[in-house]
Amino acid sequence: MAIDSNPNGTPYTLKAKDFATDQDVRWCPGCGDYSILKQVQTTLADLGKQPHETVFVSGIGCSSRFPYYMETYGMHSIHGRAPAFASGLKIANPNLSIWVITGDGDGLSIGGNHFIHLLRRNFDLNLLLFNNQIYGLTKGQYSPTSEENKRTPSTPYGSIDHPVNPIALALGSDATFVARSMDRDTKHLKDMLARADAHRGTSFLEIYQNCNIFNDGAFEVFTEKTSKPATTLLLESGQPLVFGQEGEKGIRLDGFTPTVVDLRSDGFTKDDLWVHDDSDQLKANILARFFDNPAVNPSALPRPFGVFYQTQRPCYEEMLHQQLNAVVENLGEGDLDKMLAGGSTWEIK
Amino acid sequence: MATLTQEKQAVIIKFAGDSGDGMQLTGGLFTDDTAISGSDLATFPDFPAEIRAPIGTLAGVSGFQLHFGSERIYTPGDRYDVLVAMNAAALKSNISNVRKGGTIIINEDGFDSKNLRLAKYDEDKNPLDDNTLEGFETIKIPVTKLTREAISESTLGTKEKDRCKNMFVLGFLLWRYSRSMDTTTKFLNAKFKNKPDILDANQKALMAGYNLADTMEVVQDRYVVKPAKLAPGKYRSIMGNDALVMGLVTASKKLGLSLFYGSYPITPASSILHSLSKYKNFGVRTFQAEDEIAAVSSAIGASYGGSLGITGTSGPGLALKGEAMGLAVMLELPLVVIDVQRGGPSTGLPTKTEQSDLLQALYGRNGECPMPVIASSTPSDCFEVAMEACRIAVQHMTPVVLLSDGYIANGAEPWRFPKASDIPEMKVSFAKQNENGEPFMPYQRDEKLARQWAIPGTPGLLHRVGGIEKEDVTGNISYDPANHEHMVKTRERKVEMIADYIPEQKIESGHESGSLLLLGWGSTYGVCEAVTNSLTKMGYSVGHAHLRYLRPFPRNLEELMKRFDKIVIPEINNGQLVKVIRDKYLLPAIPYNKIQGTPIAHEELFDFVLNLLK
Repeated sequence: MAIDSNPNGTPYTLKAKDFATDQDVRWCPGCGDYSILKQVQTTLADLGKQPHETVFVSGIGCSSRFPYYMETYGMHSIHGRAPAFASGLKIANPNLSIWVITGDGDGLSIGGNHFIHLLRRNFDLNLLLFNNQIYGLTKGQYSPTSEENKRTPSTPYGSIDHPVNPIALALGSDATFVARSMDRDTKHLKDMLARADAHRGTSFLEIYQNCNIFNDGAFEVFTEKTSKPATTLLLESGQPLVFGQEGEKGIRLDGFTPTVVDLRSDGFTKDDLWVHDDSDQLKANILARFFDNPAVNPSALPRPFGVFYQTQRPCYEEMLHQQLNAVVENLGEGDLDKMLAGGSTWEIK
Repeated sequence: MATLTQEKQAVIIKFAGDSGDGMQLTGGLFTDDTAISGSDLATFPDFPAEIRAPIGTLAGVSGFQLHFGSERIYTPGDRYDVLVAMNAAALKSNISNVRKGGTIIINEDGFDSKNLRLAKYDEDKNPLDDNTLEGFETIKIPVTKLTREAISESTLGTKEKDRCKNMFVLGFLLWRYSRSMDTTTKFLNAKFKNKPDILDANQKALMAGYNLADTMEVVQDRYVVKPAKLAPGKYRSIMGNDALVMGLVTASKKLGLSLFYGSYPITPASSILHSLSKYKNFGVRTFQAEDEIAAVSSAIGASYGGSLGITGTSGPGLALKGEAMGLAVMLELPLVVIDVQRGGPSTGLPTKTEQSDLLQALYGRNGECPMPVIASSTPSDCFEVAMEACRIAVQHMTPVVLLSDGYIANGAEPWRFPKASDIPEMKVSFAKQNENGEPFMPYQRDEKLARQWAIPGTPGLLHRVGGIEKEDVTGNISYDPANHEHMVKTRERKVEMIADYIPEQKIESGHESGSLLLLGWGSTYGVCEAVTNSLTKMGYSVGHAHLRYLRPFPRNLEELMKRFDKIVIPEINNGQLVKVIRDKYLLPAIPYNKIQGTPIAHEELFDFVLNLLK
């Protein structure tokens, strides 16, 4: 176990490996979680985070083993409830850097309720949702983000559930930071992690993660070099929405309807395109609906990656402590004797 | 006509009316005044689960029972000396409990044909006109009419005017029991400070009722109840949930910890959340969570962060919290889980009392999941029990279940409250970095088998906790079979060892040994005391012991029980403590059970025990 600061209290400069525990990592070989773990460790080191001020809180599932591999404080809690543990912890100690690790089952199925309420309350912490569109730890049942008609052990004739759209749900919950990345694009993932950390408020980052055992290739169309340019759209605030092998395609807004235009043949230039503005909630909602699967539907809009939306709203723990201070200022520090005596008393001699 | 003032030793009054008639407030205010007059007292508010049940119906009757006297009062009493019936439904549902020769004060205006129909009386058989009221002293007053007349000049609408009826009745009773209107006037002034028209109307109604009693010819008698011989000291009136809240706040101050309360509204525990939310100047952090599971989980998160994490609920909520409580057992972090019990199962009887969550508290989780369980026995006892729950949680690093119930939560009694300086500080310590550079071992234990409380933010203590079985000492994940058994036994032993840090069981009253022991827990305290007193006066060697500690039991419990020929365990459930006692001690304890949503009455338990003694 590492000692994370000099005896005189000055922090060490840490490397990614300083954030790794001595425990064997027990994910399946080839799992997308390895990449995410590596990028998180690297990002924390790059950001100069101190391990003793950092806490990873998770629920249950493959992704939720994450805290055991982070040389920080950590809690592997119960299924779906990590946001609630993190909320109490943040109130108890607002100075901690808290990272909630969840998956599509943990965060959107059993923990769907807490997901909504964490986001609307806007605690200053980070919520990383590893989305692999399958239940891994229980061996391959369909998840709330699985596509329709998925054949799994619990749906031998195909699933009839309509999938959740995590980004739309986060926006619907009035999240103040909503972003998407993927395990395979390490540079983009590190950038998103750093921006999630920099945001004050609950930062929601959905990470497409490949489960090579039960749902291999679920995101291949977005991650493979050959298909990626045509199927993904990198969001950069202030930049026009351009995609394609040579940036030859763009998105225009026709009223509220996004349309794909070919910059070579349709007579449009980049100036005619929709310029991404990550402070525009209305348009973020339209981007969230770029959700058809290009592997199934060739005319699907490209899948956006990056920051959909971010805004500033006071954090829950901040307001809670402000209110406490205001009441103390108003009424003075609580006096136990006054409390015990209450309104009216009498004496028996 | 001359007024005679008679002295009474004890009086039981039942205020009964429609849910909207303000009977809880009337009862509460009369109770406050009674407490200040120095009587000992016990109360029993009894109201429907619906906020506004259909007006005038039997289902909509709301009642408040008050027993007060110059002697020690242990229960709200069985038979009413006085019934206030604001309408026909209130009379119908309560008349069978009025003692023969008792007084019934009736609002005549609540007996029109509609009221009679709703109360399921035959319309042509008005109980005020037939022989229903024979054998009682009946005082009929057109309360609605007289209230309207008294405030005829008020600009309030008829509906609002009629809301003052309860003050009219209160004024009437205050006169009859030789009280002044001062306490009530003070209350009204504070409550309606910014609503002068409502204040004026209520005061006039109160005065009108008071004056009517003074001048009404049928009311010849005025009663006085002398102050009870209670121990010298300063007193206040206290309700269970309020005492609980003050115990929690006091504990947090004495421990030097921030109090975090995560809760989801549920009857009859909600008022804990309300009261704690007012105590923000004591640093109390309250969090109204999205559900019961988030409530307990947030409290565990706060405890992990070094706060005193507490959650409160009732039976259905305790069921939902079970998995998280199991996690707290694995994490070995302090946590207090309050269950203000109500009638179950499922939604059950939300506003009625029951003691039916004992087995759930003891056993209601997956796996071998031992947790200390303690119970409060009276409204004022909640104060000490709340502090004790916090002490055990923090000093033994364990979640603790605190059982109260609806009867204790809403009941009131006089309380000789302590001085803050007389309550000792409580010790708590957090883990620190080892100076010798040795790595921190999160599951190393002290002589109580408690691990150290290591809070995030502290340098040198990095570690991970979680629900997967841990290796002893290191706290690393372990699937080793022998280690699992060792850890199960260790967690069990840790809880059992708490018996070495709690007082031995005492006999509350009666004999130290003899023919019969009344062994109670929770809100049966009063009735056990009263029955024991009655029987010992008759010469029977009966003793009463009341358990605060239900897990672990006090060290001497077995020896104490064996000093009696028979053991009777009265419970407001289908027999739960009795199962545990029989299981643990192989003693033939005899259950006495009532499962009607109401406290056990003195006469029923008395008859049962007397039968066993004959």
